[in-house]
Amino acid sequence: MDEKRIAGSAEGAGAARYGGRAETAVSTRGLTRRFGSFTAVDGVSLEVARGEIFGFLGANGAGKTTMIRMLCGLLMPSAGEATVAGFDVYRESESIKRNIGYMSQRFSLYEDLTIGENIEFYGGIYGLGMDEIRSRRDALVGVLGLQAEARKLTRDLPLGFKQRLALGTALLHDPKIVFLDEPTSGVDPGVRRAFWDVIHEESKKGKTVFVSTHFMEEAEYCHRVSIMRDGRVIALGSPGELKREYGRSTIQEVFIEVASGRPAAGGREARPGGSGAADAAGKGDDRS
Amino acid sequence: MDAVVVEKVGKRYGDVEAVRGVSLNVGPGELFGLIGPDGAGKTTLMRAMCTLLEPDEGRILMNGIDVARNIRDIRARIGYMPQRFSLYQDLSVEQNLHFFADLFGVPRAERDRHMEELYRFSRMEPFKKRRASALSGGMKQKLALSCALIHRPEILILDEPTFGVDPVSRSEFWDLLRSIRADGTTIVVSTAYMDEADMCDRVALLFGGRIIAAGTPRELKARYPYPLYRITGRDVHALKDFFAGGAAGNARADAAGDAPAGSAGVRGIQLFGDCLHVGFSVDPDAGLREGWRRESGDALLSWERQEPGIEDVFLELIRNGRNTDG
Repeated sequence: MDEKRIAGSAEGAGAARYGGRAETAVSTRGLTRRFGSFTAVDGVSLEVARGEIFGFLGANGAGKTTMIRMLCGLLMPSAGEATVAGFDVYRESESIKRNIGYMSQRFSLYEDLTIGENIEFYGGIYGLGMDEIRSRRDALVGVLGLQAEARKLTRDLPLGFKQRLALGTALLHDPKIVFLDEPTSGVDPGVRRAFWDVIHEESKKGKTVFVSTHFMEEAEYCHRVSIMRDGRVIALGSPGELKREYGRSTIQEVFIEVASGRPAAGGREARPGGSGAADAAGKGDDRS
Repeated sequence: MDAVVVEKVGKRYGDVEAVRGVSLNVGPGELFGLIGPDGAGKTTLMRAMCTLLEPDEGRILMNGIDVARNIRDIRARIGYMPQRFSLYQDLSVEQNLHFFADLFGVPRAERDRHMEELYRFSRMEPFKKRRASALSGGMKQKLALSCALIHRPEILILDEPTFGVDPVSRSEFWDLLRSIRADGTTIVVSTAYMDEADMCDRVALLFGGRIIAAGTPRELKARYPYPLYRITGRDVHALKDFFAGGAAGNARADAAGDAPAGSAGVRGIQLFGDCLHVGFSVDPDAGLREGWRRESGDALLSWERQEPGIEDVFLELIRNGRNTDG
């Protein structure tokens, strides 16, 4: 039943939507990670197409972070298979790290470095040569229109610029896949919409974007959204598909029903097999 | 009498005007939301309500008492949960509650009764021996709320209590707030999540230190001036270009006298994962839509009227503000 609900794999309808590219950016089969007797990720199989904006949702403790750490080559799986940008997570984690970027809006920039220094710092981490760092720094500063501010401390930038800068540094080494962690929380809606226009441009150019967020407004910008619970992906589809399937008007309501196993207020009955609210809440609390 | 009265309050930090001439009223027993992005002035305003910060100008009354004059009295009447709440990580749930009860001088008999009630409503009883450091994010937040409620405040002030908390815990937290309000407690809560406006009785939208709109969520949404549509198509990127071109073409069309897509006046386009939201200055009729479908080479698959959200309203207000300012 769960299998049936998971619509639009990268080979099928999903790939067609992103310009017909059938290339796979991320592929997992039965991916599992245990910590002692606790199974944090439990046999997850999914395909993410090149150029896809893929939302990764789940309550705290659902297994999202463990999943992302495995996909970034930071944590070995206990079982199953996964390739990221064509590289195997068991044998080629160093190649994976060179081909991915990571952005967390709240934490990834050094506030007491200048804008230019932040870019140089990340260029160094990603192993770019000094000439390359300089040219990419100047290009990024130009794109952001920050020429006049390049020597200013990052802390003095408005939040929206910081966020664009953080994205720019995450893309500095031209990674195939970029991971975004709550990228636009706290910014004003105009800035957020402009940011997502940029993300859609990157996706059009073939970058795969993995978005992990608690912010359901961000989920609406994704091509497909997955929802994890108890280590498994239990819902997967485009925002529109999920809303139709669950008879909801927002992803927020779908999420609450799926992630807690109880219907959101005023909604229809929980699906058969879903556990009660108290049960699900208890489990979530025990986990963290 | 209003529970909270804010009159022309202003506060600056050096060159930054954090709060500019803000006035608002919160009725007794109301669940009132301060909605706005980071830097809008929410925290400054709340800290001023809690006597933790003195405004440069204006006046604040909490249940009729001027915060500048009766700090001690005010503090006994309000509960405050700051953005970075401080629980004692190495104390248990129960010990944290005792600590805050002692701090506010809650007599022993009352304290036990309050704790009983707080456990019941927060469903934290089974975890009362657990150390705060071992609680999940959602549970920590419930404990911090309980600590802010231990002395039975008349007014509860919560600064972004749901930030970074997953949507399931967030929705439970809002349920809790509604049950607290049902007991007659007035609640002022801030959030940067625009969609949480719908959980409040009334809200003020803050931007750049000013209130740009206030009212019930329904009133605010009714102010959105344009018909908004959710449009799906085979290639949403191409569709976006189609409507963007139409919007640009509109001005040219006026001069040339023909009528391409956009003669209904595209006011705004937003690309989402699998659809577009397009606002029009005139509601496009069936004939116009059929014309667009043909013009787009059948790429346009579905039309659906979209209710504006608080975010759409906020955006429109900011746009207008920018236009009038400059």
